[in-house]
Amino acid sequence: MKSLKELEEIRKKTLETINIRKDRTGTRVVVGMATCGIAAGARPVLMSIMDEVKKNNLADVVVAQTGCIGMCRFEPIVEVYKPGEEKVTYVKVTAAKALRIMNEHVMQGKVVDEYTIGAEEK
Amino acid sequence: MEMYRSHVMICRGTGCTSSNSEQIVKNFEELIKKHGLDNEVVVERTGCFGLCALGPIVIIYPEASFYSLVKPEDVEEIVNEHLIKGRVVKRLLYAETVENDTIKSIDEVDFYKKQVRVALRNCGVINPENIDEYIAFDGYKALEKVLTSMTPAEVIDTIKRSGLKGRGGGGFPTGTKWEFAAKSQADQKYVLCNADEGDPGAFMDRSVLEGDPHAVIEAMTIAAFAIGASQGYVYVRAEYPIAVKRLAIAISQAREYGLLGQNIMDTGFNFDLEIRLGAGAFVCGEETALIASIEGERGMPRPRPPFPAVKGLFGKPTLLNNVETYANITQIINNGAEWFASMGTEKSKGTKVFALGGKINNTGLVEIPMGTTMREVIFEIGGGIPNGKKYKAAQTGGPSGGCIPMEHIDVPIDYDNLIALGSMMGSGGLIVMDEDNCMVDIARFFLDFTVDESCGKCTPCREGTKRMLEILDRIVEGKGKDGDIERLESLANNIKNSALCGLGQTAPNPVLSTLKYFRDEYEAHINEKRCPAGVCQGLAKYTIIADKCKGCGICAKQCPVTAISGKAKTPYLIANDKCAKCGVCLEKCPFGAIIKA
Ligand SMILES: Cc1cc2nc3c(=O)[nH]c(=O)nc-3n(C[C@H](O)[C@H](O)[C@H](O)COP(=O)(O)O)c2cc1C
Ligand code: SF4
Ligand code: SF4
Ligand code: SF4
Ligand code: FES
Ligand code: FES
Repeated sequence: MKSLKELEEIRKKTLETINIRKDRTGTRVVVGMATCGIAAGARPVLMSIMDEVKKNNLADVVVAQTGCIGMCRFEPIVEVYKPGEEKVTYVKVTAAKALRIMNEHVMQGKVVDEYTIGAEEK
Repeated sequence: MEMYRSHVMICRGTGCTSSNSEQIVKNFEELIKKHGLDNEVVVERTGCFGLCALGPIVIIYPEASFYSLVKPEDVEEIVNEHLIKGRVVKRLLYAETVENDTIKSIDEVDFYKKQVRVALRNCGVINPENIDEYIAFDGYKALEKVLTSMTPAEVIDTIKRSGLKGRGGGGFPTGTKWEFAAKSQADQKYVLCNADEGDPGAFMDRSVLEGDPHAVIEAMTIAAFAIGASQGYVYVRAEYPIAVKRLAIAISQAREYGLLGQNIMDTGFNFDLEIRLGAGAFVCGEETALIASIEGERGMPRPRPPFPAVKGLFGKPTLLNNVETYANITQIINNGAEWFASMGTEKSKGTKVFALGGKINNTGLVEIPMGTTMREVIFEIGGGIPNGKKYKAAQTGGPSGGCIPMEHIDVPIDYDNLIALGSMMGSGGLIVMDEDNCMVDIARFFLDFTVDESCGKCTPCREGTKRMLEILDRIVEGKGKDGDIERLESLANNIKNSALCGLGQTAPNPVLSTLKYFRDEYEAHINEKRCPAGVCQGLAKYTIIADKCKGCGICAKQCPVTAISGKAKTPYLIANDKCAKCGVCLEKCPFGAIIKA
């Protein structure tokens, strides 16, 4: 027998994990996972992003992957799409950089300028 | 539950399961494990997505990529490309979602665009064998609201104001039915669910039970609270093994969570649910026959009144609703009666699920707001008629219903409009006929079904429908007589007025409705001994076109009744009075010189 409180907890926890099947309005974090991306270390980046989502119960954040973006020399690449905002492209991302991106940009809305493609190209 | 970046949803509805979707599940699970993705990607078995003709269907989130006609050997490519490299495998996507090389969201394709999913909201979205997933999308919230903050009268009032009517065929206002059952005084009352689904073209009830069984359990519990019942039964046909299994799993998970049984949600309310299997006789879907069958008697209707709300199962007040009716209840409680009543037409509220079949491109399951036109359903959602053929009519209401011809295709679908056209809503089977269908033959098909299914208890139905079938048999064999149409009409009216139950009362409908709209086809059969659609074998006329005939003699050799004669190298001739209409000559002529008309 579950109490009403327990039911609500199950509802919240499960929703976080399956919401991506319904809600397509939240933030999307997209990792380039083509051959060169994986070679450049995209997998640990993806894993650290997912860990962060899990740890912080970010129910409205969707983590996705994409194929070749056409900028192999900048891999691993992470793109952040926030509703109503321009896409931000981060390049040469590591697991540690991904942590900052998640905490500052995804959660607090502050773009991490120094990792963006604009900073890299200067 | 773990957090996964990708969800692979594989349809395990009856349609996709029969096209081997379980093997696809296994291949996904194996390859995902092999590539070490099992902590990032989860595989879920779901209920029907509706596009069964294109099954097996696989949807991968978060991209919501909609893969159709997936074969077990395609799985490796999807894993390697989509799951590992993030590249959608375009060649396997449902073709409608790919336009000029860009991928459209599934909600934008014609098949889904105009659909509104209320009863089917969870089908294909959750794993029906995991109660937590049902709970996540607001499952058991309506029950909580009802048990902790509403009185039975308030629940009934909400259902009444929503305007919901029974989806099992009769279209009786659901709230009023609940009120009747609530008002009956008794020490014991019952809540029943009709999942007999006898209409040969319908499978929406099966899909709801397969894809979202908790929706029915939760709604029945709410109904039990509203009328004061403590025991319920779901009557399912035994031919639905997947539905039965999922429902059984759901019931036991609900019990485990204290959502069925004693003291539900710690509110002191008790209700439990059991499954009863039906043998699949059409008449057992009729409410009094269904009740008899649960009692262990032969499934035969009895006269009403008394109505089940007064004297039903084991002589106690009983509420019976259809699966799809129940599937709307939690949404009405959660979103309000006004929300539900805002959809549909003046007298028919909400949505209706239809099973599209016959001569239509997108066979499958669709849910549309009441008031959608038949044209939208058939030509937009259904993708129109295959092979460039012309639409002739659509049958709604199965063997109890009638057909909608082209001239009425723009009528908004609701209970009253369909009845005004001589058809009915029925449970939602929708069979499309094109120019190649003979309407006399269609009427014969449905009547043949009812003659088979008549329980034989009352004479008008038992004997009357047989007489009608004999006349139709005669007509399609080319032996129709003057006065046959009138004889059909008078028999039909007789049966309608005197049969005991709905089966007999509605059995003449397919004949009456085809007579109304396609009387000329009947007349052609009877007076000219001609089947305009070229379907009725008995009326076929085989002719050799002299210009094309090379006089090879092959047809004459093949004809089993030596109806063809001629001299080599000159055109042969078919003696029509001898011809047995077997069609062999037409098939065998190497020069295409023989035609059938
Ligand atoms: C011959 C016959 C067969 C029926 N078959 C079904 C059926 O398969 N499923 C169903 O829900 N109702 C069927 N009905 C209608 C039921 O008698 C009953 O009206 C319905 O289940 C009530 O539920 P509702 O008010 O939610 O529609 C049938 C009726 C007749 C006369
Ligand atoms: S109408 Fe037909 S099915 Fe109904 S009780 Fe009479 S014989 Fe049986
Ligand atoms: S088989 Fe064809 S071509 Fe040959 S005799 Fe018959 S109709 Fe003529
Ligand atoms: S249809 Fe059959 S019976 Fe008639 S002519 Fe051809 S082969 Fe002979
Ligand atoms: S393969 Fe990585 S950007 Fe092209
Ligand atoms: S059974 Fe798979 S889409 Fe209907």
